[in-house]
Amino acid sequence: MSTAEAPPELLSTAEMASFVARGYLRLDAVVPDDVNRAATDELEAILATWGSDARPHAPSTLQPLTDVYPEPSAVGRMLRTPRVAGALHSLVGADAVFDHDFVHRRDADDPTTQWLHADAIIDPSLAFDIQAFYFPHDVAAGEGGTRFVPGSHFRQVNEADVGRYQHVVGEEQFAGPAGTVLIFHHGLWHGAMPNQGDRARLMYKIRLNPTRPQVRLWDTGDLDEMQNGPDDHMFARFRFDSVAAVLRSTEPWYEQGTDRLELVQRARLWRYLSGDDTFDVDYYLTRIEAKAALADG
Amino acid sequence: MDESTADRRALRQQVLLLCLKTPELDAPVIAWSFHDGSGRREPLPARSHGRPPYDDGVAALEDGWRLVQMAPAVPPPSGDEHRVAFLKHEFVFERFVPPAT
Repeated sequence: MSTAEAPPELLSTAEMASFVARGYLRLDAVVPDDVNRAATDELEAILATWGSDARPHAPSTLQPLTDVYPEPSAVGRMLRTPRVAGALHSLVGADAVFDHDFVHRRDADDPTTQWLHADAIIDPSLAFDIQAFYFPHDVAAGEGGTRFVPGSHFRQVNEADVGRYQHVVGEEQFAGPAGTVLIFHHGLWHGAMPNQGDRARLMYKIRLNPTRPQVRLWDTGDLDEMQNGPDDHMFARFRFDSVAAVLRSTEPWYEQGTDRLELVQRARLWRYLSGDDTFDVDYYLTRIEAKAALADG
Repeated sequence: MDESTADRRALRQQVLLLCLKTPELDAPVIAWSFHDGSGRREPLPARSHGRPPYDDGVAALEDGWRLVQMAPAVPPPSGDEHRVAFLKHEFVFERFVPPAT
């Protein structure tokens, strides 16, 4: 069975919970080498003809994801790689639509550091877009891999307004093998970095929009087992194998007093994804809702 | 204009932004930025990758930086108590150094 024909490999509940907590997933070397080589040529051709009628494969906004980059496009084959297709399906659904894409090229010895930013404009929606970052060749440390701030996706900021932070403790810069795909929540802070290497760094980014509620689109075979009730409470009895256990992870740059507000944001998103309005992490939402119900009669 | 005034006017400002984990100045640094008006355009003294130039705000004072601004304590707007956005505990420091020659 060829890569293009293999069924998508959906995400697990733990992977989805990790995406909710940290705002990204990293799929290392999931695209085969032959696709990476062909995609490199295709991306260079797209970049060279950007904006012109000569551009190969020019999708339109709102075009179904299933229709963009048809065979024999290497970019299309990347998108239909089982692990990539499964992640996209799990997060935005099989009927997601194309928003836009771009080919990012960082030449050797490019010293430019891009300010931290969130793409598009400030977007507090609970439903979310995703952006996939595909690296068709190896990227060594310092060779211009994208930097990003794990756990920043719920921070409501507009585009480059977070550029005032030159460095954030715990930020990461991508380095890794060819065929790696990062998938970001639309709100994740990120930016381009200098390329201190001796070769250009190529990266392809595509934004996708969901067209239906993103409810239970992943492999939910283990969801009932992992989904916790409000009785899973860090200050009472708690589990190590629940969704809440994954969502409790923190980031080194969170302020002391904001850490729990991040838990509230994660719980709200997990309620949406799991279709379970009673879900909670450490009772913060449940406690407030219960009292509000009393006062509101 | 005496000589000391002339010397001070010849100095150039450097600005250090430290975001701390709590509103206390001795709390750990979680984010930082540096701007250099001296013309050197060099980073702060190197530390290992990912480590801030100082462990906390007091360490910056001890190294000669002067605190010029700290984030005020502002209650969240009603109905918006759970929103997360910019880093809350921001401290701005300055120091003056001779210009690059």
